Amino acid sequence: MSRLGRLERLTGRPRAGAGAPSSWSLGDRIGLGLAWLSGISLCVVAAVIVAYMAYKGLQFLHLEMLTTSPEASMDQSKSGGFLDPILGTLLLTVIGIAIAVPVGVGIAVWLTEYGRPAVLARAVESGIEIVAGTPSVVLAIFGLLVFQQAFMGIFSFTAEGGAVFGRSFVTAGVMMSVVALPMVIGSTREALSAVPRHVREASYALGKDRASTIRRVLLPSARSGIATGATLGMGRIAGDTAIVVILLGASMTITPEGGLLGLLRGTGSTLTSYVYNNSPAGEGNAPEKAYAAAFVLLLVVLLLNFVVGLIARRSEPKWS
Amino acid sequence: MELKEARNGVPPLRRIVVGAETPPLKVSGGVPADLIEPEAPAVDDAPAWVEESMRTEELSIAYGEKVAVNGVSIEVNAGEILALIGPSGCGKTTLLRSLNRLVELTPAARRTGRILLDGQDVDGFDVTHLRSRVGMLFQQPNPFPMSIFDNVAYGLRERGSRRPRRRELEPTVVDALERAGLWHEVSGNLNHPALALSGGQQQRLCIARALAVSPEVLLLDEPCSALDPISTATIEETITGLRDEVAIVIVTHNMQQAQRVADRVAFMYLGDLVECGPAANVFNAPRAERTAEYIGGGFG
Repeated sequence: MSRLGRLERLTGRPRAGAGAPSSWSLGDRIGLGLAWLSGISLCVVAAVIVAYMAYKGLQFLHLEMLTTSPEASMDQSKSGGFLDPILGTLLLTVIGIAIAVPVGVGIAVWLTEYGRPAVLARAVESGIEIVAGTPSVVLAIFGLLVFQQAFMGIFSFTAEGGAVFGRSFVTAGVMMSVVALPMVIGSTREALSAVPRHVREASYALGKDRASTIRRVLLPSARSGIATGATLGMGRIAGDTAIVVILLGASMTITPEGGLLGLLRGTGSTLTSYVYNNSPAGEGNAPEKAYAAAFVLLLVVLLLNFVVGLIARRSEPKWS
Repeated sequence: MELKEARNGVPPLRRIVVGAETPPLKVSGGVPADLIEPEAPAVDDAPAWVEESMRTEELSIAYGEKVAVNGVSIEVNAGEILALIGPSGCGKTTLLRSLNRLVELTPAARRTGRILLDGQDVDGFDVTHLRSRVGMLFQQPNPFPMSIFDNVAYGLRERGSRRPRRRELEPTVVDALERAGLWHEVSGNLNHPALALSGGQQQRLCIARALAVSPEVLLLDEPCSALDPISTATIEETITGLRDEVAIVIVTHNMQQAQRVADRVAFMYLGDLVECGPAANVFNAPRAERTAEYIGGGFG
């Protein structure tokens, strides 16, 4: 209803009446039919994915899988659960988003509120587009290149002989933040641009400078936009595989050596790398575990999307 | 200077500034001044019965090549409401926005001429200080996305090095809400979000927000253009009630509104100040032809 109403406003034409398509030309009617078909096919594909994953997942998923660590065993009944990959996904998502949100909000604020010189602003925008369009496997290889440098040694462990490993939760988290960054920037910019100019001016007219206007008025106005971007970014991080495989390594269990710092510098796995490694494509060849973990991953990402919907529905500040 | 030259190619405009040399008839509290002229002149050098609050001297503002305000000299007096009227694009809003130097936010804007607040050039003020003495209200109600209390307290916070406590701010906030005529409607829910108020209430909240920092001058840019007639009447009542506390300059497209609230009216046309005088004179006996045509609905 509202979508049709919007269409009506956009085209400036009244909506066609109920019996109208019958008076359309054959080409138009075929076009309409195809549009219907495409829409319905997408629903079917989505439903099949969810239903099949639920069927396979629930068939093999047992609650203890969520609470036990993986074991190195060819026997699927003895190879344990995927507690460590779940924790790994969580940890990597937290690290990635903790970096992406402040950086992304900063970039978005600079672009909408300053954006001068214009050349620099355009360069930043192109940069965002390039980063958003770069396949994550390229980001991962690049990350490996950077973090294997000797001076990056503090972010991961160094092997005997001085070779920097380059793989850890921190290095993978940094590259994951790059994956999430365009989401955070995009939705923060959108929220900031939605604040009318006169609202900023009202703050200036009360004697406030730009900095306190940003801090006290604009960022609070953009709160739900920032949250939306962060949640979308978390979904991207949780679902990314290439960076995990290349930058986090393939050790199934998280073995922190030396407290939190050791955990962050250490390697581990996530649900995505667990699914990959256990699938017939990987080395584990434990498809039952792969299905179960894939189902859990799907639930996590769907949950994040649901949260995005909730945030978006929560009323943003609206000025008349 | 260049501002004038920028108009080359445009047919020369008549600069009809009727009564700009002879001081316009001053009014106080809506009563024509000649009725309350004191019988004997004041003995000391105390200010005359009209106290000037702001004044512009040959103020010109151009956006790039386009001259928006052309050599306007006008004064804003304490205790009265000055209405700026004129057709769209006549420069009245630019003139208004120059008084608190908000026009400087437009990168292309250039200004010549002086603006004085209490006899001091506003260019000498810190802009923060100027804007706390010259408040402003916008066309659209624009409360910030925070509570009613925080909106009114917004201008009071971060003024000093120490962030004042809510208890310290409360009397000022309550007072500002009372003066804006909103207190009895919101007294129980100061912590509610300001954007949940109705449009008219939001605009009165914005008045309270501006009043909280005790300005000497309040600039209103078509404050009722987004409001329904009932809210408009309430706002007008609030504005006229504030006349004695703060000098008010109101830009309006609405002739009836100017007649209802203004003590003095300035008519602008294509950047020129055409006529300025007591409201009754401008509306009933305009001296310039343009004013008569505009008020009579001839153009606009």
